[in-house]
Amino acid sequence: MILVRLPYHLRNLAGVGSQIELDVAAPVTHRAVLDALESRYPMLRGTIRDHVTHARRPFVRFFACEEDLSNDPPDTPLPAEVVDGCEPYMIVGAMAGG
Amino acid sequence: MSGVRVLVGTRKGGFVLTSDEKRQEWHVDGPHFAGWEIFHMTGSPVAPDRLYASQTSGWFGQVIQRSDDGGTTWEPVGNEFLYEGDIGTHLHYDDTPRPWEFKRVWHLEPSLHDPETVYAGAEDASLFKSTDGGGTWSELTGLRRHGTGETWTPGAAGLALHTIMLDGADPQRMFVAVSAAGAFRSEDGGATWKAINRGLVSGNELPDPDAEVGHCVHRLAMHPSRPDVLFMQKHWDVMRSDDAGDSWHEVSGELPSDFGFPIAVHAHEPDTVYVVPIKSDSEHFPPDGKLRVYRSRTGGNEWEPLTKGLPQKDCYVNVLRDAMAVDTLDTCGIYFGTTGGQVYASPDGGDNFAPIVRDLPAVYSVEVQTLP
Repeated sequence: MILVRLPYHLRNLAGVGSQIELDVAAPVTHRAVLDALESRYPMLRGTIRDHVTHARRPFVRFFACEEDLSNDPPDTPLPAEVVDGCEPYMIVGAMAGG
Repeated sequence: MSGVRVLVGTRKGGFVLTSDEKRQEWHVDGPHFAGWEIFHMTGSPVAPDRLYASQTSGWFGQVIQRSDDGGTTWEPVGNEFLYEGDIGTHLHYDDTPRPWEFKRVWHLEPSLHDPETVYAGAEDASLFKSTDGGGTWSELTGLRRHGTGETWTPGAAGLALHTIMLDGADPQRMFVAVSAAGAFRSEDGGATWKAINRGLVSGNELPDPDAEVGHCVHRLAMHPSRPDVLFMQKHWDVMRSDDAGDSWHEVSGELPSDFGFPIAVHAHEPDTVYVVPIKSDSEHFPPDGKLRVYRSRTGGNEWEPLTKGLPQKDCYVNVLRDAMAVDTLDTCGIYFGTTGGQVYASPDGGDNFAPIVRDLPAVYSVEVQTLP
C-alpha cells in the first residue's frame, strides 16, 4: 500500500482527505504511482503532469523521505520506505507567487 | 417568479449571485473552487441549470467544471485540450517563432441549441468544441491554421481567444476575437475562417494601416435579432460593423476615452450599447477616478455617462473584457464586475447602479442568466 499526499487544491479537486492509499504493482516508480493515482482519480489528469508527454508540471514537486525527487526520471524506483507504506509519496505545489 | 442568476469568475474562485426580478435583494453563494482562478462561468441558454466554469491555476493547469443543478454542485469534466496535427508556430513578443502551447481556457460559449455542445476559447489562441457536455474536446483547427496564424502575436495578457459569438439565426455562423490578431468569422460551423478587420486602425501598434491581422480586439457584441450588426471595443476605438464584420467604422464619438475592454448590447434595444471607458493602455483605470458606464441609444457616436450609484471619485479599478453582461427581463438589467471586487447591477438599463457585492477577489468575468 502506497501512501500519497496531495496538495490542498488537488485534495479538493479529487474530493479526498490529506492522504490517499493506493495499491501499486511493483516496480513502484513515479510513473507507476501517478498512473495509479490518475486511474483512480481521473479528475487529476493533467494537473500533475502533462496529458501526453507526462512531463511534470513546472510548479509541482515530488518529495519522499525528506528528499526532493522531482527531477528523477519517471521510471526511477521509489525509496523502500515509500514502497513499504512507511513514508508517504508527497505531491507538492511549489512555493511560488510571493 | 422569474429572477436572475449572475455567474462571477474571480481571481480566487467563482460566485453565484441570485435575485428575483426586482434585483434588489441578493443571495451570494461561494466561493466555488476557492483559491483557483475562474476565468469564466456561464450557462446553457437551452438548459439553464447546465453551467460550465473554466478553472485554472499556474500550479495545476486547466480544469473544466460542469454543474447540472444551477451551480449547487459541480463535477470536473474533460480538461485535455490538444492542438491537432502539425503544431506550427506563432510569433512571440520579440517576433521569434514560438510553438503553439495550450495555457488556459479564457471563455466558454454554450451552444444556443444543444446543451451538450459547448465551445472553448483558449490561450494560445485556439478554438475547441465539445459535443458531450465538456467530457472531451476537439480543436477546430481551421482557425489556428488560418493563413495568417503564424504571424499572430500575443497581447499583453497573452495570445488569447477571448470572445466567441454564435449567430442564433444561422447555426453555421460564428465570430471569434483574438488578442492581438483580430476578429474572425466562420460560415461553416468553425471549419474555415475569414479575418474581418477591414476598417480597423491600430496606428500605435501596427505600422501598416491596411493590416489584415494584428489588431488588438478586446471584445465583440451583437444583438441576437440583428446578427449583421456587430459592435467592438478595440484596444483603442469603439467600432461598428453593419455587414457582419466585412467592414468597420468608428463610433467612439465623444467618449472621454475610447480605450476599454467590455462592450454589451441592451437585451431589447439593438441600438443601445454600453462601454466602460478606461484611461489608456498604460493606465488601466477610469478617467479622472470616476467609474462611468457610457450608453449610446443610437448605435454609437452619441454617448451619455451613467453614474448613479457608481463611485465618482478616487476609483482606480478596471473592468475586464468578459466582465459585463445583460439580463433579458422587461427592464433590461446591466451588470459588471471590477478588478476591485465589486459587482454592480442596474435593474433599469443603466440609469441606476448598486453594488451586489463589494469585496470579492478581482472579477474576471460576469455572465447573467434570466430564469423563468
